[in-house]
Amino acid sequence: MAEVELRGFGWRHAGRRAWALRGVDLRIEAGERVLLLGPSGAGKSTLLAALAGLLAEDSGEQEGTARVAGQPSRTARELTGIVFQDPQTQLVMARSGDDVAFGLENRGVPAAEIWPRVDAALAAVGFPYGRDRRVEALSGGEQQRLALAGVLALRPRLLLLDEPTANLDPAGAALVRAALATISGVTTVLVEHRVAEALPLVDRVVVLEPGGGVQADGVPEKVFALHGEELAARGVWVPGRPLPARLAACPPGTELLRGDRLSFRHAGAARPALSEVDITVRGCEALAVVGPNGAGKSTLALLLGGLLGPTTGTVRASPALAGADAARPPHRWRAAALTSRIGSVFQNPEHQFVTTQVRDELALGGVPPSIVGLLLDRLGLAGLAAANPYTLSGGEQRRLSVATALAGAAIPGPRPLDSPRLLVLDEPTFGQDRRTWIALVELLADLRDLGHGIVTVTHDADFVAALADRAVPLPEPPTPPHAPHPPHPDPPAPPPFPTAPPHPHSPAPPRDRTEPR
Amino acid sequence: MRFAAPMADPGALLARRNPVAKLAASGVLTLALLATLDPVAPALALALELAVVPLFGVAYGTLLRRAFPILLSAVGVVVALGVFAAQRTGEALFAIGPLVITTGLLNNALGLALRVVAVALPGVLVFASTDPTDLADALVQHLKAPARFAIGALAAFRLAPLLGAEWELLRMARRARGVDPGRNPVAHLRLFWSTAFALLVGAIRRGTRLAAAMDARGFDSGVPRTIARPQRFGAADWALVTAAAGAAALALGTSLALGTFRPLLG
Amino acid sequence: MKQPTASRWRTVDIVVASVLGVAFGVIFWAWSLLWNGPADAIPLPARAVIYGVWLVPAVLGGLVIRKPGAAFYTETVAALVSVALGTIWGWTLVLQGPIQGIAAEVAFALFAYRLWGLAVATVAAAFAGLAAGVYDKVAWYPDLSWVSFGVPFILITVASSMVVAGFGSWALTRALAQTGVLDPFPSGRERALV
Repeated sequence: MAEVELRGFGWRHAGRRAWALRGVDLRIEAGERVLLLGPSGAGKSTLLAALAGLLAEDSGEQEGTARVAGQPSRTARELTGIVFQDPQTQLVMARSGDDVAFGLENRGVPAAEIWPRVDAALAAVGFPYGRDRRVEALSGGEQQRLALAGVLALRPRLLLLDEPTANLDPAGAALVRAALATISGVTTVLVEHRVAEALPLVDRVVVLEPGGGVQADGVPEKVFALHGEELAARGVWVPGRPLPARLAACPPGTELLRGDRLSFRHAGAARPALSEVDITVRGCEALAVVGPNGAGKSTLALLLGGLLGPTTGTVRASPALAGADAARPPHRWRAAALTSRIGSVFQNPEHQFVTTQVRDELALGGVPPSIVGLLLDRLGLAGLAAANPYTLSGGEQRRLSVATALAGAAIPGPRPLDSPRLLVLDEPTFGQDRRTWIALVELLADLRDLGHGIVTVTHDADFVAALADRAVPLPEPPTPPHAPHPPHPDPPAPPPFPTAPPHPHSPAPPRDRTEPR
Repeated sequence: MRFAAPMADPGALLARRNPVAKLAASGVLTLALLATLDPVAPALALALELAVVPLFGVAYGTLLRRAFPILLSAVGVVVALGVFAAQRTGEALFAIGPLVITTGLLNNALGLALRVVAVALPGVLVFASTDPTDLADALVQHLKAPARFAIGALAAFRLAPLLGAEWELLRMARRARGVDPGRNPVAHLRLFWSTAFALLVGAIRRGTRLAAAMDARGFDSGVPRTIARPQRFGAADWALVTAAAGAAALALGTSLALGTFRPLLG
Repeated sequence: MKQPTASRWRTVDIVVASVLGVAFGVIFWAWSLLWNGPADAIPLPARAVIYGVWLVPAVLGGLVIRKPGAAFYTETVAALVSVALGTIWGWTLVLQGPIQGIAAEVAFALFAYRLWGLAVATVAAAFAGLAAGVYDKVAWYPDLSWVSFGVPFILITVASSMVVAGFGSWALTRALAQTGVLDPFPSGRERALV
């Protein structure tokens, strides 16, 4: 009997017109480790939710069957464990040990057995701290390890992982992969964007088709050899395929913004989020700010964006950027003036939505309809002009967020339309598939070549290689001897929002919608 | 922006007590003090409360900071009394415009102000010295609160600092979009509610994801939950509750004995 | 405590009601910053005009979750969280919150937990406002005259409540449904297909 068996399985979330999955036939034997791939909107998260038994009957329409160890997956929940992308919305308790014990308490495990199993699970994932470690003092990678421990403590026969490293920096992702590598004997289904790094963890690759069934299935080398080209064109991160590189087509222009000895410390915080950073941004230049978590990258982005005032040090704009306002620091400019000169794109695009329609988002502030139309077309959002921004998929939201930052330049005002602007982006490539990634690189490179300045805060080494003219590394923050180790992630950095959250109870992870061509 | 973390030394004598005992003690005192309007009972209670503050492991300076809003409420009550009092008994002391301030009025004002502070203080102490997880556990184990609700609330509460940080970020994001209320109060209000809306959307999304993760770990399975962290309610806890009842009795008794007792109702 | 299946709270109901309460705790904290402390320590009847804000969680909780006890639970959580965060109005909310929540709950119960439109929302808000106003007057301002302070205060509170917590919560629920976040709830199923 196969461990996992899907026959003609289809699912349509309530409130959606299109089927997320249809006609899926798949068998997975006990002990196999499978990588599930597919372009955005292919229903990977839905499939995992179905296997985990989390798709409630009244939340959509089902076709066919999904069985785990011979039982319908809804009744086999005790046999499966699932790890999601965002650690903050998986961890329940404030202390690490308590969180692992949570699942054991739920299953009615006798009290005497609980703590030994907790300790065993923490050891199995290589958790470096004790049970009393507070969850908010953990790094992203450590939190995901903890989430994994919580699932493993329940001894599942089927382990499902929905992009477990999507929200993590490279160090954190490596931690989680190391933990996964030590698990053996458990049937595993993994959905992961960073395909190249995930391959050592799996034996088999299954490719899903949007709104359809299984497109390809087999050993990784064969699948990529046969379908690699097509998969890459549709956005799957097929390993070994080259990425475009766009170096500047013009020499570095005038200085736009300069930060001298910038420091920032939150009120009452033990150590500064950012210490003594010097940075200069010029027109026709793409700058990448890199460094480990906790180094203050997001804080720097906010300082350069004029959204935060430095505790010490100064941010000064040149007359080329700021005209008459050059004498005042950006964080003291009026908001309308700020947005016409410096566009900021946040890590979580949803933070920046203020209206109820995509079209209105772009038109905010009086942007002329012609520009709105232009941006909608250039960023592939034309078909979504009347949609509520919150219902867009992750990639669409990211594009909308970039579009709104660009639209700011077109707000009527005293500035000539072609004066240079600065665009500050915080982790723009988080969770992006190959297609949207390439489109973003091309767009930013085009902007840069027009004479504008681009600053990106990023962990993505490929992105830096493809676009950046200069990299500004921020050093690892010094760890004070008695502080919680490792350092706290920047407080202003938002808990990164996953781009494909299947909301299992809900009709629709809008993010799984196939993007319009 | 320090959110709600217990600020007390958790090893302190009274901080260690069972959360339900602490709640019961503060509840008893609060109810007793609400019953009267004179200044004597709350003054006595306040003195006793202030005396035990160190036993909760809270420093007086920290207490002042946390309790400051309560002092402001007390001021507000006094001012309202000055403006709207129904009876102005006793000798007139001075007048502010048409409002006459009498000794009777001052007496009432003092009573009410002390009452506000004395009633609120135990609550502050309880919150400052209790870990939320312990509180939830104690409520479930001793008061038979429904476990799903206690844990659901606890899990949601863990998101409070995240939501607070997100509020700041949302404010900044709106400024980055060119939304600036300037001096217009109506614009300020609109901006506030736009930010609040975005916070709610994010909060609900997080909630639905958290619920899915909790269900995946068997939260909804219907199997009776076992207890990983048993809470004990011992002699020392009973002692605390008894002592609080004693303090309440002392305060009310003194007030009655001195003839200053003024019941709330009647 | 067994509940019949139709009114049994799912995990998502419990967690989202809790999260709504927590979110409002944060919103109240931010609101208190906006209104700048000392000025508001003066509780003139004018303050009653914005009173409705405190009652939104009760009505919104009911409208979004649509289960018995939702109004009470959400308002109570919001009150407790805002106390924990140190809102300027502090501890006073802990006793008031549940009372306000129960009042709103009574309104929803009167409609047999079946109607969830603007009318019900306004009634629930009115009840909650009444409870809040009366509580405030009796517990905190007992010496003040009913005529010059009490009755106007309560009336203004109820009116504010009906507008802000009644109409406001109803409009808020509809706006939230449009974003798709309420899809797991009956309140969210009423939007157009995407």
